[in-house]
Amino acid sequence: MERKVTLAHGDGGELAHKLIQQIFISAFGNGHAARFDSAYLSLKSGEIAVTTDSFVVRPLFFPGGDIGKIAVSGTVNDLAVAGAIPLYLTAGFIIEEGFSLADLRKIVQSLAEEAGKAGVRVVAGDTKVVEKGGADGVYINTTGVGLQRAGSSVDPSRIEAGDDIVVSGTIGDHGIAILAARGELGLMTDLESDCASLNKMIAALIDGGCDVKMMRDPTRGGVATTLVEIAEDFGAVLEIEERTLPIRNEVKGACDILGFDPLYLANEGKVILVVSHADCPQALDILRRFPEGENTAVIGHVAGRGRGTGQLLLETPLGSKRRIHRLSGMMLPRIC
Amino acid sequence: MQTLFEPADPAVAIELAQKVIALADRCKEKFGAMPAFMEVCGSHTMALAKTGVKLILQGHVNLISGPGCPVCVTDQKQIDAMIEVAESDSRIVCTFGDMMRVPGSKRSLLSAKTEGRDVRIVYSPLDAVRIAEENPEKEVVFLGVGFETTVPVLAAAIQMAAHKNINNFSMWATTKLVQPVLRTLLSVKKVKINGFLLPGHVSIVLGEQAYRFLIDEFRMPGVISGFEPVEMLSAIYKLLKMVDEGRPEIINNYKSVVRAGGNKTAQKMMNEFFQPCDESWRGIGMISKSGLEIREKYSRFNAKEKFSIKIGEPKKTPCRCGDMICGLASPEECVLFGKACTPLHPVGPCMVSTEGSCAAHYAYMRKEG
Repeated sequence: MERKVTLAHGDGGELAHKLIQQIFISAFGNGHAARFDSAYLSLKSGEIAVTTDSFVVRPLFFPGGDIGKIAVSGTVNDLAVAGAIPLYLTAGFIIEEGFSLADLRKIVQSLAEEAGKAGVRVVAGDTKVVEKGGADGVYINTTGVGLQRAGSSVDPSRIEAGDDIVVSGTIGDHGIAILAARGELGLMTDLESDCASLNKMIAALIDGGCDVKMMRDPTRGGVATTLVEIAEDFGAVLEIEERTLPIRNEVKGACDILGFDPLYLANEGKVILVVSHADCPQALDILRRFPEGENTAVIGHVAGRGRGTGQLLLETPLGSKRRIHRLSGMMLPRIC
Repeated sequence: MQTLFEPADPAVAIELAQKVIALADRCKEKFGAMPAFMEVCGSHTMALAKTGVKLILQGHVNLISGPGCPVCVTDQKQIDAMIEVAESDSRIVCTFGDMMRVPGSKRSLLSAKTEGRDVRIVYSPLDAVRIAEENPEKEVVFLGVGFETTVPVLAAAIQMAAHKNINNFSMWATTKLVQPVLRTLLSVKKVKINGFLLPGHVSIVLGEQAYRFLIDEFRMPGVISGFEPVEMLSAIYKLLKMVDEGRPEIINNYKSVVRAGGNKTAQKMMNEFFQPCDESWRGIGMISKSGLEIREKYSRFNAKEKFSIKIGEPKKTPCRCGDMICGLASPEECVLFGKACTPLHPVGPCMVSTEGSCAAHYAYMRKEG
């Protein structure tokens, strides 16, 4: 077999057949479904959840993961935080001509492995090859299908003053790990991306009967953007405390040097929860049993509901409160 | 690990803040006006807003942002010229992130990039030299703005290019010096302040002795400060004490980092590759010997000599960045602030740079949506 992806791999001929058989079908193990133009899925009755996400991460391989792993965890987490049980995935690949077949195989195997860990099946897929320069290595789109979890209490309309705001671990790890992996920082760090599928941890939380009212995964835009959205969408005043934010020293240090704010850095394996104050200790207990949740922390609370437009406030260690807004434009490194 | 902006101990910071407020109120009663201090460094502007120090002292101490944000003090004509440098297919323009969205008279570097120009954000000027090495068919220009903190690194880039004989690398240097602008603010602009919160980073290079002239010529106290709340509050407290007692001094409150004579190696690097030149400051105008230009010996790395860049007179806007950096206006006094001028659509550089007073105010002090 050739060592690089060529345009012929995408034209539907012999090479395309080989590529699909040897790299994709062998990894996903759902060959029977691949004989038809569509996969048939059996679902129990109830509401289904569907989500889709495209992954264009650079570099493709980074400490703690790669584009294949993140293409599963990203979509699985979107289903899980919406209160659904993730069941099936589709995976669409857009591959740049000249891409290494060995790397492609690594990515596909990583994708399959993460799907196995998360307990979801990859049932349909697609590959396209574009001319060199037409894409940056590999782009992946995954669509996820899940089933609404029976007995889930997730319902943001029930958010009320006194509820606790919880984050399932240290923030900003993915953002800094990716920047460092690009080699542009001049920083040496062994920091790993947090990228992970959280559906099992979230299932344990819901099955444990915790009164979880809202879940979101703070990916692009970070914890700040996610909380601002919750505040605005549901007219809530949310208050978080700076000193309670779980942030690794490596992330703090990098942010200080570069002028970044960890609150706006992407996370790929974290969930933010709004949980009733009474059930919060139990939620912490359950989340901390999982390696992905061992640094779970309460970072604030809901201060009010339904008084005008929502807002997010941050209490500084000095006790003054400042309003947090969406990030304006992109985060840019400062001069000195 | 203790990081830069993290308070050593919140309880200490809160207690210190109360002491600062008490002393400030006493000074206000004694002298009939709220004590006003100018922070010279853009990182202080940001840290004061972000850590909540500015908010907690509001109404007790007037903290005025000075000309310490390197992008904000850069003359519009220079900014136009730097954006114009990018207008060529044969060039790669490298810059610090802060410069990307600064509006020129016609467009910004970011819009030039969107339209296909090769503009790259680098974290160090040395990266630009490496890019030049990897792209021998292109001219690579680094846009070097900054104060004494940045100049030694600019010098290191020229040194590396000279050493490796990389002749497709050059630098458009528009650097600024702290001493001349402070002198101008006090003698020409007559800013009304009671002291300076002196820049921690610049002082690493310059050393505390560089500020003697504030006492000798103006009897103006200054305290060199770090960037976390306890450090800034303690510096403000020391300023207030000097005001209260009428005994102005220069105090190095950042001794763990700043030496009396500064960093000799960095100073040597600056002198080797740069020489003093007149510089035009936004809102202030030309100040004699207030900047550094590349020495003639290294003129082959001077983009200003290498390329002929023609620009017209910049268009006028109601933007008050010029007043802002002289401490003559606060962000909310500008009619554009938060309306026509936001970080997404900045009119002036004070709204763009992460160290700009308007950007700091918009991000950390703004109450409304």
